[in-house]
Amino acid sequence: MAFLELQRLSKRFGDVVAVDGLDLAVEQGEFVSLLGPSGCGKTTTLQMIAGFEDPTGGEIRIAGRDMANVRANRRGIGIVFQSYALFPHMTVEQNVGFGLEMRKVPAGERAGRVAEALELVRLGGLAARYPRALSGGQQQRVALARALVIKPDLLLLDEPLSNLDAKLREEMQIELRNIQQSTGVTTVLVTHDQTEAMALSDRIAVMHRGHIVQISTPFEAYEFPKSDFVSTFLGKTNLVEAAVEGRDGDMLCLRAGDIALKAPAGEGAEGDRVLLSIRPEKIRFADPAKAVIRGRVKTGVFLGNQWLFQIDSPLGELLVVHQNAGRAEAKAGDEVGLAWEGDQVRVLSGDDHG
Amino acid sequence: MARRGAAVPYYLSLPALALFFALLIVPLGMTFLLSFYRFGFYTGIEPAFDLANYIDVLTDGYFHEIFGRTFAIALVTTAIAALIGTPEAYILYRMKARWRSLVLLAILGPLLISVVVRTLGWAILLGNRGVINDVLMRLGLIEAPIKMMYTSGGIVIALVHVFVPFMVIAVWAALHRQDPATERAAASLGASQLTIFFRIVLPQAMPGVLSGSLIVFSLAASAFATPAILGGRRVKVVSTTVYDEFLNTLNWPLGAAIAMLLLVAVMAIIVSYNRFVERRYAQVFG
Repeated sequence: MAFLELQRLSKRFGDVVAVDGLDLAVEQGEFVSLLGPSGCGKTTTLQMIAGFEDPTGGEIRIAGRDMANVRANRRGIGIVFQSYALFPHMTVEQNVGFGLEMRKVPAGERAGRVAEALELVRLGGLAARYPRALSGGQQQRVALARALVIKPDLLLLDEPLSNLDAKLREEMQIELRNIQQSTGVTTVLVTHDQTEAMALSDRIAVMHRGHIVQISTPFEAYEFPKSDFVSTFLGKTNLVEAAVEGRDGDMLCLRAGDIALKAPAGEGAEGDRVLLSIRPEKIRFADPAKAVIRGRVKTGVFLGNQWLFQIDSPLGELLVVHQNAGRAEAKAGDEVGLAWEGDQVRVLSGDDHG
Repeated sequence: MARRGAAVPYYLSLPALALFFALLIVPLGMTFLLSFYRFGFYTGIEPAFDLANYIDVLTDGYFHEIFGRTFAIALVTTAIAALIGTPEAYILYRMKARWRSLVLLAILGPLLISVVVRTLGWAILLGNRGVINDVLMRLGLIEAPIKMMYTSGGIVIALVHVFVPFMVIAVWAALHRQDPATERAAASLGASQLTIFFRIVLPQAMPGVLSGSLIVFSLAASAFATPAILGGRRVKVVSTTVYDEFLNTLNWPLGAAIAMLLLVAVMAIIVSYNRFVERRYAQVFG
């Protein structure tokens, strides 16, 4: 049985349905992200697991125990808040020690465990400081230490890195992942940042309108999105509408306008209209004679480590991303041929339009 | 052009400054000057320019008692207002929006009624044959009426009633400045509602409690109408004493000296208190 189980979990605020019959099972020691745009119900779900909001329907079980009548202060969950929510009138040491104090841990043992937790987040020297005197990144670490020091069964992270600048965020991602793996605490992360979710999680649950629309490993979610929503939300993609014309072995033959395309056979029978997803980094420039289609470069943007091209083509405007290899491959106005491998095209079931 | 532009705000604030000067600085300065004059029964008010009035007040036990009583009343009023106003503000803060406006109106209600009317209302309640004593005696709970009119206690009750709103508003503002997630964080770490209030909410709201106390204390120390009506001649405070010196004894210079001493004493208390608060919280809240 899974460690954290959400069954048919729902929450309505008046007429608004924030979470709509959500099912999720998180294994012991697993790191799962709830990923989605704002308003998809991910934060509400977290609030319900934490015990700050009562579900309108459904069940939450932690280690097999129903949480319906367990108050937030009895759940033993460690939480890192988006704003960090450090107690401004207490020093770092008092902040981290608060949870132990509530558990009536004797002062001697408490000091040891606080020091240990601060060591874990590499803040050993700052125990006597007040939160105001710390940088954003340091406050974030204190919040993490405060949540971990009580040795929680479950760690909830509510957009913990969204208030940090880009560079620090990357560092903290790696560190957070290391700490989670060394402590082995079951973790649920809520985020709208797909890179963060991919970098940290064992599995990603992509949420949309109160549902989980796909739950899988980061690689699978990116490579085999089930819907156009997942496909566009996780990274950039080119969506092309096409009609199924037939099969050729394990490949599907498709037609978009007067362009013939191929894709790995999966769903879609002859005559169906389907949506194709072609990731921008999978499209390469090719000799126009051997290319799948031809197009004209509309803009070419240099981003340092990569180039981003917008190309007008018979399939509409296509986005192409290439690693920077030290030279400009094309410039605005150039006629180019575009090619990709048929097995890199994904056919989306498309039942989640919206 | 730029220089003239920079001066515009000063020109624009001139009318307000003139009003401020005419209505506050001039009378205050004149009162200050007056306190160095001398009063005689046959000679009237004469210029003397010595400290005789101040020495009179500072060496007379009668005035010591009045100053002591005034500050004791102000202190007790402040303490009670803080004890009532702080939880009241927290309840208000946690309330649903549509109830909040209604309750806020009820809290601010006393400020909308004239101080004289409100105090006469208290006189009706607190008198020896007033409503409270009447009810208690009819119920047989007391034999003789409890003396509440013309006592410091009666004055404190009425002052608390009118000054609690200042405390509530100051604390409420402080509560709004704190991160609501800190309460949730404390709950997730195992704290009960009561522990959250005393360990997390109250310390963060303390600057509000302290600034509210400052307002209540200075208002209570210089209140006039309430002690005049509920205290009468028997329970004199500094402001009623000043009034009597001016209008009954006609010793304006002495009244002026007492008024200046009250002003200086209240200011000294406020400034040193403020400095203490700033030192205490600079590190934490900044």
